[in-house]
Amino acid sequence: MGTAADVAGAAAPGIAIETLVRLPENKDILSCIQCGTCAATCPYGESMKYPPRRIIAMLRAGLIDQVLASDSLLLCVGCYACMAKCPRGIRLTEVLLPAVKEQVFVHLAETPAELQKALENTLRYGNPMGEPSRKRAAWVKTAGVPIRILAADPRPTDVLWIVECQNSYHPRGQDISRATARLFHALEIDFAILGNEEKCAGECARLLGEAGLFETLMDYNIALFQKYRFNRIVTSGAHAYDAFRHLYPAMGFDRPVDHTTPFLARSLDRLRPRLTRKLNYRVTYHDACCLGRHNGFYEEPRRLLGAIPGVKLVEMVHNRVNSVCCGGGGGGMWLDTYFKSRGVERLSERRVKEALATGADVLAVSCPYEVSRFEDALKVLGGDSRMVVKDVVELLDEAMETGQ
Amino acid sequence: MNITVLLRMVPDVVEELEIAPDGRRLDDEMLRMILSESDDHALEQALLLKECLGGSVTAIAPEASEVNDALYTAVAKGADRAMKLTGLAAGGSTTVLARAFARVLSGGAGVVPADLILTGVQAHDDLDGLLAPLVAHHLGLPHVSIVTRVQVAADRKTAIVAREYPGGVHGEFEVPLPAVLGIQAAEKPPRYVPVAKVRAAMKSARIEELDQAAWEVPPAQIEVLRMDKPEVSSHAEMIEGTPDAMALRVCEILDARGLL
Repeated sequence: MGTAADVAGAAAPGIAIETLVRLPENKDILSCIQCGTCAATCPYGESMKYPPRRIIAMLRAGLIDQVLASDSLLLCVGCYACMAKCPRGIRLTEVLLPAVKEQVFVHLAETPAELQKALENTLRYGNPMGEPSRKRAAWVKTAGVPIRILAADPRPTDVLWIVECQNSYHPRGQDISRATARLFHALEIDFAILGNEEKCAGECARLLGEAGLFETLMDYNIALFQKYRFNRIVTSGAHAYDAFRHLYPAMGFDRPVDHTTPFLARSLDRLRPRLTRKLNYRVTYHDACCLGRHNGFYEEPRRLLGAIPGVKLVEMVHNRVNSVCCGGGGGGMWLDTYFKSRGVERLSERRVKEALATGADVLAVSCPYEVSRFEDALKVLGGDSRMVVKDVVELLDEAMETGQ
Repeated sequence: MNITVLLRMVPDVVEELEIAPDGRRLDDEMLRMILSESDDHALEQALLLKECLGGSVTAIAPEASEVNDALYTAVAKGADRAMKLTGLAAGGSTTVLARAFARVLSGGAGVVPADLILTGVQAHDDLDGLLAPLVAHHLGLPHVSIVTRVQVAADRKTAIVAREYPGGVHGEFEVPLPAVLGIQAAEKPPRYVPVAKVRAAMKSARIEELDQAAWEVPPAQIEVLRMDKPEVSSHAEMIEGTPDAMALRVCEILDARGLL
């Protein structure tokens, strides 16, 4: 019979801190020149007790326990800004920070309530909102085009479309899903979805430091993918895309993966003739962290927007690699109350101020977290009469005569 | 300080609830079971007391779907032992469950005598909150329910417990130990346990089974005759049309009720 002490004393999940610097992918930590670019570029760097530079210094000095005892790393939104700017190419967001956060998470005296609920929901229901899995594909009925669900019709498909949580359940996310379905239909893409069998890809859990939850979801999803025959995955989730491309391969997953925005950009020649409705919008595009900084899709969404008749594209002060995170990554989606209690500005508000300053009337996005975050921020800042938030696929759908 | 926590799995109301073909119970096929929320608070209160006073926490639950997950989670959170009552007919009433718990708690079966027995004040299938008082009755122990705070005296012979009353009023009771407490809310919200710790508990811990098959279950005193889903009695009227037309309709409704 094991006791609680046995469990607590069992090998710490994931990578132990002592071995961290000995990992080949982390040997770069030793090459850190302590320039502090990471801390300066971090959107919450000035509010963090231990920004990345200090974490590395503490690790080297054998003082990592002090870092683990602090909850300052909960402010890390996994936005890849530090990693993109590191002159030594240290894999901060990919390797070092999740490993340290995993230990921070285990040591956390009290998990912020909203975050705890989201994590428990994700484990139990496969989505952070705590919605029943049987309602995951409820939006399909209102798409206006047929959508095949593999459980009911398991014939092979070219594209397995992973809709992801936010776009399955959130009312604005469902708008994006309906638009995506109509675009796929217009392009005559052979696609199908997993419907109620689909579960969260788990990327945020990993970047937050909840590695066990991430692994549980990854195991489930990889087993589910093996049930069906398909050529490639296309997902609406920027974070899901990131997980499928960079994390799932470690567990033997080896299928081609794409995100809807670059996927549609590749089909632009076929899509362009359908974009006949003139939209007289002044649009500014927000680069999602996972798509932009981590995967380099800067031009694809802009090409799509540029193909819409009447759209005038304007840039925010911070764009492409310098984009400011919406604050939703790495668990930030469920830490707004915590951020507020720490007296730090919500990043979605910081970003929306930049968007409003461009004079644009549409803020275009391509990550499911952003629509609700930016719409909330616009309301808080009183900018919702001047600007609306639209996913790139919603604008494309609107520009099709058959769209909404 | 040895604390025993009585846990129950209840239907997860996030999932769809269907009535079984016999019309007298929920359809098991459609059910997902989850740890009763106030039992989770009872477990948390037990863990807080153990952290402060030392001793052990034993979690006991009747066999149910997904009960192993709940028991391993309890161990991952800090419970020392996890036990399961097997061989009981599913869907038994609270009175039967109370007797079964009392039976194992009254000795034998390797159960450590408890200084405190905690359980949730209510459950979906025990809205009257009968489990704690019935267990106390069968064991001949004192009982307090709707408890929101537990303070054990230095000599461990008594505890001061706070009980909630309507209107924000609290009462304090001194209760001799051992005692049975129905927990309304733990002093802190139930803690989060990382999934990796639950996975580790699944590997290292063992759920002890207390077989009740040989026990002659007392006959039920209350029988469910029929179970129905709530019937929709009336719908809200959605007022549609132009703002003027809608305003007119609102005025008509108010006028008809003599409110204008």
